[in-house]
Amino acid sequence: MTRYASVLDLIGNTPIVDVSALSPNPNVTILAKLEGRNPAGSVKDRVALSLVEAAEADGVLIPGKPDQVLIEPSSGNTGIALAMVCRLRGYHLKVVLPSNVSPERRQLLLAFGAEIIDSPGSEGSNGAVRMAQKLALEHQEWTFLYQYANPANPDAHYRTTGPEILRDVPEITHFIAGLGTSGTLMGVGRYLREMKPDVQIWAVEPPSGEMVDGLRSLEDGYIPPIFIENHGAEMLDRKVVVRARESIEWTRRMTELGLFVGISSGAIMAGAVKCAKLIPEDETATIVTIVCDDGWKYLSTGAWSDDIDDVVERAKKIIYF
Amino acid sequence: MAAGAKVDVVSRVLDQSESGIMTAVLRVPTVLRPALGGVATMQVEGATIGGVLSELSDAYPAVKGQLLNDDGTLHRFLNVYINDDDVRYLGGVNAPVANDDEITLLPAVAGGASG
Repeated sequence: MTRYASVLDLIGNTPIVDVSALSPNPNVTILAKLEGRNPAGSVKDRVALSLVEAAEADGVLIPGKPDQVLIEPSSGNTGIALAMVCRLRGYHLKVVLPSNVSPERRQLLLAFGAEIIDSPGSEGSNGAVRMAQKLALEHQEWTFLYQYANPANPDAHYRTTGPEILRDVPEITHFIAGLGTSGTLMGVGRYLREMKPDVQIWAVEPPSGEMVDGLRSLEDGYIPPIFIENHGAEMLDRKVVVRARESIEWTRRMTELGLFVGISSGAIMAGAVKCAKLIPEDETATIVTIVCDDGWKYLSTGAWSDDIDDVVERAKKIIYF
Repeated sequence: MAAGAKVDVVSRVLDQSESGIMTAVLRVPTVLRPALGGVATMQVEGATIGGVLSELSDAYPAVKGQLLNDDGTLHRFLNVYINDDDVRYLGGVNAPVANDDEITLLPAVAGGASG
């Protein structure tokens, strides 16, 4: 067994497992990269470490200096990952969190010593972003890493996730990931475009816009700055929306292969299945998807055990994605 | 006024459907329902997404400027899907609409957990 000096050294180099048994097309291999194996439990470990290291390299954060405060909006995973990194580095983290995330996410933040600032649940992540922006303006002594706009977010995937995928799956033809901040798609996408330009880059959009009922008008909408700065519209070949029911169905189906994954990973798998169905009979393809996290943080939603109609209805009140 | 306009659009669509012209189902997000007669779904017609949204904007003045920009492009904070595929990757406003397609309008919002 390899010995590591720090938990932070365990971030990345996640395994890839063949999930083609769920492929609707025998000519299409589907491979899932298990980001839940990162130490704080999600793909966001890569981002959190990258954000903090970039701020340290710029002198914005100074390891060992007391009373340094960070603020960040998050629906959970980035907050949890940042909380873990900040705990190790000695920084105090305030996470602006929609009030309706699953209780496990809240508890994990507290476990790693983060402070939670609640934003209105009905406004979803948009509301958390707005509140964090306002607080960061009012407290300029705090460090606002702002994952939605910080190039260190996609850079983490350009430097690590992308090279790992191409190293482990050189025959890749399609890369499919969730949109979220767009960091994974922009970083891995840019790397693959440079190294293997023919790879198709597909985005899976969770149905967040359907769930968030706190928007007053379309003008309250939000596009992550990193998506715009990385020319996301041109980077992507296709974008599909996957609904709550389909996401939960595929989250459940993943357990047939022994994979206990988070609900957005079920959505991404559903997107991979849609893609596989479109591959012509006389062609082969190898799709790589991302399992962003495991299912532990979503147990309280009853996603695996309750009647699916109830779980789908609950998705309107609890942020699953 | 908006409710009356909705009835006009739907009845016209149904008439044309009987004569063989294509119709699609539009799913309306919560944020746009007040401007679109309060309904969650409605039938619409048009050969392209641009045509569908343009017709809606004419029938429901309250939604004008929220679907299409003045230059006819899609509003930046509006995502439009035909059968779950984002039309921005299917030709934008020129994306063709087929009979029985399901068109979904979704506001662009911040995500985060998945990537």
